Amino acid sequence: MPVREPPPERTDMTDAVTFRGVSRHFGPVRAVDEVDLEIRDGEFFAMLGPSGSGKTTCLRLIAGFEQPTAGHIEIFGERADGVPPYLRNVNTVFQSYALFPHMNVLDNVAFGLRVKGVSRAERLKAAEEALSMVELAGYGSRRAGELSGGQRQRVALARALINKPRVLLLDEPLGALDLKLREQMQEELRKLQRALGLTFVFVTHDQEEALSMADRVAVFAEGRIQQVGSAEDIYRRPASRFVADFVGSSNVIPADFAGVGAAGQWASLRPEDITLDPAGREAVVTGRYFHGRVVKLALDVGGQALTALVAPRDDLPDAGQATRIAWDPARVHLMERGS
Amino acid sequence: MSAISPAIFAPRSGPLSRAVDWVIRHPRMFVFLMVLPITLWLGIVYIGALIALLIQSFFSIDEYSGLIVHEFTLKTYAELFRSYNLDIIIRTVSMAAAVTLASAVIAFPIAYFAARYARGKWKALFYIGVMLPLWSSYLVKVYAWKLVLAKEGILNWLFAKLHLTWALEAALALPVVGGNSLSVSYLGTFIVFVYIWLPYMIIPVQAALERVPAPLLEAAADLGATPGQSFRMVLFPLAMPGIVAGSIFTFSLTLGDYIIPQIIGSSRLFIGQAVYTQQGTAGNIPLAAAFTVVPIVIMGLYLWGARKMGAFDAL
Repeated sequence: MPVREPPPERTDMTDAVTFRGVSRHFGPVRAVDEVDLEIRDGEFFAMLGPSGSGKTTCLRLIAGFEQPTAGHIEIFGERADGVPPYLRNVNTVFQSYALFPHMNVLDNVAFGLRVKGVSRAERLKAAEEALSMVELAGYGSRRAGELSGGQRQRVALARALINKPRVLLLDEPLGALDLKLREQMQEELRKLQRALGLTFVFVTHDQEEALSMADRVAVFAEGRIQQVGSAEDIYRRPASRFVADFVGSSNVIPADFAGVGAAGQWASLRPEDITLDPAGREAVVTGRYFHGRVVKLALDVGGQALTALVAPRDDLPDAGQATRIAWDPARVHLMERGS
Repeated sequence: MSAISPAIFAPRSGPLSRAVDWVIRHPRMFVFLMVLPITLWLGIVYIGALIALLIQSFFSIDEYSGLIVHEFTLKTYAELFRSYNLDIIIRTVSMAAAVTLASAVIAFPIAYFAARYARGKWKALFYIGVMLPLWSSYLVKVYAWKLVLAKEGILNWLFAKLHLTWALEAALALPVVGGNSLSVSYLGTFIVFVYIWLPYMIIPVQAALERVPAPLLEAAADLGATPGQSFRMVLFPLAMPGIVAGSIFTFSLTLGDYIIPQIIGSSRLFIGQAVYTQQGTAGNIPLAAAFTVVPIVIMGLYLWGARKMGAFDAL
């Protein structure tokens, strides 16, 4: 029987972006500190972290606006040391959109082709096409100032994509949009990324956005990567207390209390995994907060504070009342690091 | 138990407080009171005086008696087109244009440094450096320049030390702009004009550059623009309103100045000097007024042209 060849390992492929021991220090501030990272070709990669965690600096290092103080970056296997932004086939959608105020929308979108010396007729035609791709056909003659936030965002996207970059960098692109529009844009960005097959690197501080959009997520804190993995991985199996807490606010509890490990170890228990169970452990409700789809219960279990998310019901215990709770030990994740 | 404080406090007493409270509740009145003094000043003192001047320019002077004939005529304006007067106008406008261009070219890098790189102490130093010349007497500076530019002056000495006397002599040998020494040539007038008016160009250009958001330049580079292209296509167009604002100063100040060309340069007249002599020694107020209208018209044309060319698009 012929032995079937195993599918090629992903690591054999050239990664879109590779960080090798990259640091970027600003005086005493270690904005990015010895980061190793591989972003695969064609994936939607999210950099997630609180402000000041180094995720935007990482993006700027890829774009070439910053140079590493140590280590180096490879883009599709080529070292990018000292390469200025205009020689990198990488484009950015800026947080502030950075549309040129002295040009109309069409000229904004056509800018990348103009600097490459593409003829006027040709580049305007391409810009029209790019605009219709982001559903803004016919807006070409307007000024950036006459557009809404969501429309500006699309123009910035079209302007970046017209260059057909190998990697598209998005710096909190949805931060300034309201909730409805943000959800719509999330979906559209995802579709666009699939359709184009491009590598998207997306910076956000919104954990839900990162989890719902990205193939893989890197969680940043204090200039270092805390964990890299699929959304499911990060959420189900947080590597550290920080990740557990930052991504979807978890109950970080002693492992022996959770019933999964020895004393001194720490475990993560998601609030939605706690259920009200008449056969469970005794708990006192210390607070009850109605959130619409769910009700948040603050609980005290023998001195250990816990948060639970339960479905709204008429007979939920009120603050001050006693109840009984339980959780499936299989849903408890024992963490590598307690800090 | 403390007493319950009222939800709405009692109205303030005293006529002034009551008047203030009333004005605060009537925003239109507030705005009206604010703009009233400015409107009166601009309307009466400024525009009014200008209109009086314009009216003068439509009168003429009786050649025999030297008295002003208070009748509407364009005769005075026709006089502006006599070759002697036309030369004065062309000379002044050319000088103003050259001074403006040179100021813009020199001011831009200085303003760019101040706007993009200077921080804290260096920024303060920049402002002092730019403003300091404005705090000392204009006449002192001009006379100082006369000494600097004179044949026995420090500049000649410096050129000699650097073995560059030939270059200076070549420049002075140029027709029209040259002369015996820098202090009696148009070249000298030009240098002093540029020196004196430069701060008026630097400050608005610096303000315009400061308002250009840094991400715009990053976006340009990100999209593939080389530094030169970024400058031409993004930075320069966005700095244009500042350059135009600065050029309004340098251009109109040069058009109207009558002291610098009198102290430094050849003895040929500029518009300002013509106005000075016509309304002074010659007593020809209508012709002086007509000369004054020239810079106003030129500035009007200049602004109109700048607008047409899109200089204010970035505003």
